[in-house]
Amino acid sequence: METSTETPIFDERRDQIHRTGETPFAIACNRDSLAGAVSQRACVFCGARVVLYPIADALHLVHGPIGCAAYTWDIRGALSSGPELHRLSFSTDLQEKDVIFGGEKKLHLALTELIDRHKPKAAFVYSTCIVGIIGDDLGAVCRRVAEEKGVPVLPVASEGFKGNKREGYYAACKAMFDLTGTGDTAGIPKLSINILGDFNLAGEIWIVREYFKRMGVTVVANVTGDGRVDDLRRSHGASLNVVQCSGATIELAKLMQEAYGIPFSRVSYFGIEDMAEALYSVARFFEKDDPEIMERTKTLVREEFAVMYPQLTQYRRDLEGKKAAIYVGGAFKAFSLVKAFRHLGMKTVLVGSQTGTEEDYRELAAVTDPGTIIVDDSNPLELSAFLQEKEVDIFVGGVKERPIAHKLGVGFCDHNHERKEALEGFVGMVNFAREVHASVMSPVWRFTPRRIQIASSGSQS
Amino acid sequence: MIQAAKEPYVSTTNACKLCKPLGAALVFRGVEGAVPFLHGSQGCATYMRRYIISHFREPMDIASSALSEKHAVFGGGPNLKKGLLTVMQKYGAKLVGVASTCLTETIGDDMPGLVREFRNEFADLGLPEVVTVSTPSYSGTHAEGFHAAVKALVEQLAVPDESGVPGESGESGEAGLAVNLLPGFVSPADIRYLAEIFDDFCLPVTILPDISETLDGPALDEYQKIPEGGTPIAAIRAMGRSAATIECGRTLFGVESAGEVLEKRRQVPLFKRGLPIGLRETDSFFSVLETLAGAQMPRRHALERGRLIDAYVDAHKYLFGKRAVLYGEEDLVIGLTSFLTEIGVKPVLVASGGNSGKLEEAVKSVTSGILGEAPETAAGTDFYQIAARAKELAPDLIVGNSKGYRMAKELDAPLVRAGFPIHDRFGGQRILHLGYRGAQALLDTIVNALLDKKQAGSEIGYGYI
Repeated sequence: METSTETPIFDERRDQIHRTGETPFAIACNRDSLAGAVSQRACVFCGARVVLYPIADALHLVHGPIGCAAYTWDIRGALSSGPELHRLSFSTDLQEKDVIFGGEKKLHLALTELIDRHKPKAAFVYSTCIVGIIGDDLGAVCRRVAEEKGVPVLPVASEGFKGNKREGYYAACKAMFDLTGTGDTAGIPKLSINILGDFNLAGEIWIVREYFKRMGVTVVANVTGDGRVDDLRRSHGASLNVVQCSGATIELAKLMQEAYGIPFSRVSYFGIEDMAEALYSVARFFEKDDPEIMERTKTLVREEFAVMYPQLTQYRRDLEGKKAAIYVGGAFKAFSLVKAFRHLGMKTVLVGSQTGTEEDYRELAAVTDPGTIIVDDSNPLELSAFLQEKEVDIFVGGVKERPIAHKLGVGFCDHNHERKEALEGFVGMVNFAREVHASVMSPVWRFTPRRIQIASSGSQS
Repeated sequence: MIQAAKEPYVSTTNACKLCKPLGAALVFRGVEGAVPFLHGSQGCATYMRRYIISHFREPMDIASSALSEKHAVFGGGPNLKKGLLTVMQKYGAKLVGVASTCLTETIGDDMPGLVREFRNEFADLGLPEVVTVSTPSYSGTHAEGFHAAVKALVEQLAVPDESGVPGESGESGEAGLAVNLLPGFVSPADIRYLAEIFDDFCLPVTILPDISETLDGPALDEYQKIPEGGTPIAAIRAMGRSAATIECGRTLFGVESAGEVLEKRRQVPLFKRGLPIGLRETDSFFSVLETLAGAQMPRRHALERGRLIDAYVDAHKYLFGKRAVLYGEEDLVIGLTSFLTEIGVKPVLVASGGNSGKLEEAVKSVTSGILGEAPETAAGTDFYQIAARAKELAPDLIVGNSKGYRMAKELDAPLVRAGFPIHDRFGGQRILHLGYRGAQALLDTIVNALLDKKQAGSEIGYGYI
């Protein structure tokens, strides 16, 4: 057989790559990952786990063999202002005989033991691949323990193979939805919202909450960063759901709209325009109830901008003309990043995501320059080839993308769950610029073989 | 005491182990031209990649058959075959190491059978080697997965059933000269050092697996689909003709391991030793090399040994009677126990998530003669239990991977990082554990960790210690 190791693009994936300017616009997405390609995606369980993980006073029990729990122990920088039960990793740690005889008994024992020990406000029980195969009745065990212990015990249908990360988001939203509507909404003011789709990485939700506070808006529930079970239970008392992130929590917003008539708006807290627009959209929503809210919001944005802008200008001086590549989980982040790079005088030459929709990619094509590579569900072979082709200066992604960049002498900015720098809000934009600057301007690149090669080929031409 | 092996059942909190396929994936990364491949859900491969990358800071591609619901019902065979084709075409893999997962074991996929079918269906293509290993996560830990993959490589490449005579597979020239070294799960720095030792003894060696370059490689101008380095496949095939096998890890004592397969089926003499950590276990390792080489320890290693003993003496007062808690893979903690005991530190708890049944006996064996009473051991345990017991024991020192950090912080005891994973420090892939040189590095680190604690806690601020 002719092997085609020269070109890194898999034939089956050609239609999942688009270059801005090509007509007509077409890109395939939301399909199963190609077997044998090293997808950067995870699984249904991963989707559910990332969404629910930051709920800090809940017990998160992974029902299955040890791996799924071990790999998700304390992996996100999702901070809590109080309890930290979410930072522990609980597993039923199923063994061979459980696979044969069923794991329900162990699940019951584990839940009983852990609820007695930790007194959580609720428990989430995640199914893993084999639970879906051996047929444990998670719902029945959860109902029984809920009755025995008097706390909500919520099954999360997150068998890894039953779809991709998106299905996991959906499973998480369904579990959270079961909690809503069960708490007392007395005392919740008219100007009130729930924050959906923010996970309080490096304390980001606190930055955003502070903005809303200055606007005079009360936050009922954080979904899920610094999240609390009791807040979720009364979240149906809020007037508006403000949803960040394209996939993770939108399903909860839709379910709540249907059940409680709560409208939702979609926002992003990354970058200058998107952050400002997020606040303005909430202000517009409440303007009829509080005519002064828009003025307060404008003042806030002005004040923040005045602090931020001079700092950005400094970084921009060095970064002007540099090239950026973006590969993230959800596409919403990519939109904001493209704009953020533009503020730094930088050009986005590659942008992709694990779980974007056609609509997302169409929008990305509209906001990027001709020739920009847009890619769905990519893999290391493609990403490395794109980085080389485009002579990228900085790559924004997660842990799995970092070594690809570093191996090739390309700067890197972690914009994923493990980041320790707050990148949201106006202050986050400055942090982002500082981090990009620190990576791009480091002297180390000049010693890397790839940069030496680029430099020498440049001087020859 | 921590209750033994978790009977009656208690759930696991903060596991002190990882799942079985992770160990197998690491082994396959240590074979030249190989791509590790997991037959299961996409998530398994991605989670393990993330976990491994965070330690080594190197690319770690693990392919997946990325099964979906219909495959779980009708079998994962078609996706396994498609995945194999994709990997051979795009990566140009010379070997694909396929490890099963709990999903594919539970739905009952017969991997060896599927691979046979694959070979027949695509016999006209230049197929890579495909080695399969059964690694259901519900049975054993990443340590067992590691050993199982080494054994699978040996069984399927070095002593295949269909090959009649030893050495039939074509390679010739060095028959009977090379030594097989199966070092277990150690760091790239350890492997580089082991290779150096063999070199100094003028002993040709096949180290399996060899992650020294594949998981700690140089900066590149072109991205390598498969990183350079790793044990050459031809060398693995020739292992049945080697002069001897040295296999490290006391959990393998009395177990039908890769080394035993070579001994039983190809009559390759086998030397089973503990991981060479600390003076005595390293002496035992070197004595095998002296026998095999028919030569004395080369001077530079004898000097390193001498310096190590000199350092033991210089350091003894800082260390004597200090109480240590250790955790990690069983083979690693057994070696560390041996080392700590000989420098005067008292291991008060030796813990592992692994449960081979060998821990207690091995710990007794490496401490007898120095300690009157063997240290407390806990196998099949988790960090919740380790932390609870450690709190009662109030150790002066903790030695293990970075997952014990929160426990160490709570106990205000210095954590000396060793093993895998190191996610909260830089350079985990370059920690040297083995041999006289590794013992020297560990000794310096441990003494300085204790001095640092003492200095930080003192108001006087001694400038000399």
